[in-house]
Amino acid sequence: MAEKKLTFEQAMARLEEIVRRLEAGESPLDESMALFEEGAKLAAQCSAMLDKAEQKVTKLTRQGDAAVEVPFVPEGTEGTT
Amino acid sequence: MNLNNIQVYNVADVNQYIKGLMDHDALLAALAVRGEISNYKLYPSGHHYFSLKDESGAIRCVMFRSDGARLRFRPQNGMKVVALGRVTVFPRDGQYQLYCRDLVPDGVGALHQAFEQLRDRLGREGLFDPGRKRPLPPYPTRVVLVTSPAGAAVRDLLRVLGARWPMASVLLIPVRVQGEGAWEEIARAIRWAGRTRAGDLIITGRGGGSMEDLWAFNEEGVARAIAHCPIPVISAVGHEPDVTIADYAADLRAATPSNGAELAVPDQVEVRAALANLSGRMVQALRSRLERERRQVKRLRESRVLVDPMAPIQDRRMLLDYHQRGLTAAARGGLWERKEKMAALAAALDALSPLKVLGRGYSMVLRDKQAVVSVDQVSPGDPITVTMGDGTLACVVEKRRKKHGRKKADL
Repeated sequence: MAEKKLTFEQAMARLEEIVRRLEAGESPLDESMALFEEGAKLAAQCSAMLDKAEQKVTKLTRQGDAAVEVPFVPEGTEGTT
Repeated sequence: MNLNNIQVYNVADVNQYIKGLMDHDALLAALAVRGEISNYKLYPSGHHYFSLKDESGAIRCVMFRSDGARLRFRPQNGMKVVALGRVTVFPRDGQYQLYCRDLVPDGVGALHQAFEQLRDRLGREGLFDPGRKRPLPPYPTRVVLVTSPAGAAVRDLLRVLGARWPMASVLLIPVRVQGEGAWEEIARAIRWAGRTRAGDLIITGRGGGSMEDLWAFNEEGVARAIAHCPIPVISAVGHEPDVTIADYAADLRAATPSNGAELAVPDQVEVRAALANLSGRMVQALRSRLERERRQVKRLRESRVLVDPMAPIQDRRMLLDYHQRGLTAAARGGLWERKEKMAALAAALDALSPLKVLGRGYSMVLRDKQAVVSVDQVSPGDPITVTMGDGTLACVVEKRRKKHGRKKADL
């Protein structure tokens, strides 16, 4: 599985599944160790995604026949141009 | 009276004259009249006929079918409305009438009536069925806002979205949220977002206001756009007590725009806590798993087979001894039984033994170790052995004499 391509939602879902399986304790020990390793990696990835997140806001405008997105800052917000 | 000196008109001319005056009047050509509907009648032709009245008077009104089809409510007697249209004369009756192009419910009561009518109709159609509601994505990556680019609503939405879940990008589709054409813009924006899959979630709404201000969100077109949108829609209109048709059609209703943003995305603080919790559980699960394995190893190590590997062999040896003893006893028992049986048989045999008979004076004749029971078996000159009780005689047959009626004697 290409772990780096996972969305946050997929990563969380996989992490939850891993925890469930580890808690059930039914897989062989070496598989459990591998699951743990994968889970730790996913948790770190999710945290990193949260840390890096920065809200991007765009506004849809019409340019000719095409709809294009331009950056948007609402009026009355600091840093308004 | 001499009529020759005065101009006499016919009725049609007069009506036509009045009509001409009225039709040239700018005010009468387009005006709005407030009043209460009475004598309402819907003709089979589809035209609506009624009067608008207030405390001091009444005016006859007509609304043609083509205009009436656009009404978003059913006119009823007693309903307060503002009628938009022109006043002119219907020459046949000589009556002036208000030709209505549009009727707008006037005042909160009438708006409520219109609201309830639409809500009930769309409800009966199944547009608000709980089965139609789609689940919201747990972690949206892109949120589409259909609202005004100005005003507090969009600021509140962006502020809460950014604080809770900055991971989601936001696309604003600017629309007017009140006044002429607003509902068409809102419906079009929602349809576009759905068609182009512009995000995984739509929030549409505006800040609070009067029922008239919020009316765009009570329009059937907006409700249908929301209900048929392939992307989940949150309606976030006004303040807590305001409920709109859009709220019924939406997958989730928020009390305010801020609340809409809260419902739309998870809170990163909570998600971080959940992540920490999952990590902790994972560590705990693995730790208890290792502990269990360790105990298992310990238990195995302390088991008898490892502590005393000869034990099972000794156990089996003991078992073998036991069976052996049993077997010997059984075998011995069987032997005695057989011996006794044999003795009994030997006694019976003894009683029948020819030796006993020989002892009583009978002899047994053998030839070539075969018992001779008939004179036909031997010829003169043959050697025979005669056995008696105490020995044997070797003899030679001298003569043979056959008895007649042998068969009888044989008995």
